[in-house]
Amino acid sequence: MTSSDILSFINVRKSFGANEVLRGVSLELQRHNVVCLIGSSGSGKSTLLRCANMLETIDGGDITLFGQSLTDPRVDPDLVRRQIGTVFQSFNLFPHLTVLDNLTVGPHYAQRRPLEVVRSEAIELLVRIGLESRAHDFPDRLSGGQQQRVAIARALAMQPALLLLDEVTSALDPSLVGEVLDLLSELADAGTTMLIATHEMGFARDVADRVAFLDQGVLVESGTPSEIFDNPQHPATQLFLQRVR
Amino acid sequence: MTTTHDEHSSGVAPPNLLAPGYRRFFTGRGAVIASSLSSVAVVVALVSLFYITPGSSEVRFFFFHLADMGRAFLGDPAKGLSSVGLAFLTNIWMCLLCEIIVLVLGLTFAWVRVSRSAVLLPVRVLVTVYTDLFRGIPIILVIYIVGFGLPALNIGFLSHQSPAVYGCISLIVTYTAYVAEVYRAGLTSVPNGQILAARSLGLTQQATMQRIILPQAVRTVVPPLLNDFISLQKDTALVSTLGAIEATHAAQIYASTEFNFSGYTIAALLFLILTVPLTRFTDQLMSRDRNKRLAQQS
Repeated sequence: MTSSDILSFINVRKSFGANEVLRGVSLELQRHNVVCLIGSSGSGKSTLLRCANMLETIDGGDITLFGQSLTDPRVDPDLVRRQIGTVFQSFNLFPHLTVLDNLTVGPHYAQRRPLEVVRSEAIELLVRIGLESRAHDFPDRLSGGQQQRVAIARALAMQPALLLLDEVTSALDPSLVGEVLDLLSELADAGTTMLIATHEMGFARDVADRVAFLDQGVLVESGTPSEIFDNPQHPATQLFLQRVR
Repeated sequence: MTTTHDEHSSGVAPPNLLAPGYRRFFTGRGAVIASSLSSVAVVVALVSLFYITPGSSEVRFFFFHLADMGRAFLGDPAKGLSSVGLAFLTNIWMCLLCEIIVLVLGLTFAWVRVSRSAVLLPVRVLVTVYTDLFRGIPIILVIYIVGFGLPALNIGFLSHQSPAVYGCISLIVTYTAYVAEVYRAGLTSVPNGQILAARSLGLTQQATMQRIILPQAVRTVVPPLLNDFISLQKDTALVSTLGAIEATHAAQIYASTEFNFSGYTIAALLFLILTVPLTRFTDQLMSRDRNKRLAQQS
């Protein structure tokens, strides 16, 4: 662990009943870093992300955010989550709010920032993702790809220190995956710190600073994209990459 | 597999795809004629069935006597007959007042039941016992217990209220239990992903409830709430057992003085005038909701 770490997982353990989902995972995320988590379904990628924003409590080990332990009982999960933007596989936009209100609900009601400021920032974000014309539409009027882009903008509206992205293209039509990945690449180029669970190997190779391979709750191997994809060391990594190719 | 195409190409007549004539009649304008004819036939059949029952003329006299219906509706102060029409206003204010209080209390109770706050645990237990109790007791018994029990307790102003007030208290405690359950079903029907997304934004539990869960829940529970509102309107009639002068009681007075039950018919009609439009509206709302959900799925 170094001082520039934003988020560190230290030997994290998590079980659901008898099912041990994370068996001592250690991983660091530094500012402006993009780390991609790869691995088959059920390998613990999503659980790891959910532990980071305290949607799950861990059974062992520690997680630190800006050097502060999240297992400290004095930590307020709401304050932790305001530092971390989360994007889900199934978008989870609020269907009763317009696109614009989806973006402002967090900054206004969680951060208590004035509505006018928050609104103009939200509109800037919509311009950035190319959906400013849909600001007053409800989410069900948008395509899946547009909805996921709005969900990413909703997370960014909180001006988080890092983004957690949980298989954000897995629920999308193949034809809509591109627009979402393009947006993520732009964010990566702009220096956004991101921890991305993904099944898109080509995308991981392009944007990731580091790739980590999870297998049955164990972080088997991590390294630069070329280390992992061109020269995987561990047999489990080799087998997984063979199967997804 | 080999035959079908060969048959067509070799000049055999194509299969008949047209419905038989009598069924073709039931489409387009034919359908309108057919449905009108069948409606008239059913009404005529039901009315004549009524007319050929042995007691028909007596029932017509005791229940559907127009002059008595008119007198019962307007009342006759000289003979001490209350007007069913005026008394029905009591039903209306009772159900409106009760409904407003029930909606507020029901939501509060549901909110308490779904909250996970440790401080609220004892309240949560109390509310659970309360809903179990009052969903399980027939409303008529609640009316007796409240209507005769509260005055007997001799506790200041609470024991010196009119029967209508005791009736309202009974309706409120019973319907609050029903409505709290309806609200609770709505609150728990909001998908978990919504809660995850809200909490991930750093919204507090209360803000999540207020801004995300509640607005979505209310939308889904409007039709069942309207159904309960319709039941509440009808159950205001039960308050007559305490002696409050509402429509049913006024009709009772008329029946026992004039030996004619047409007042009951008038009271029934008044209830229908109130409930049928609301029933139609509720049905419409429900089908609109269903269509919307179907459209979203496709």
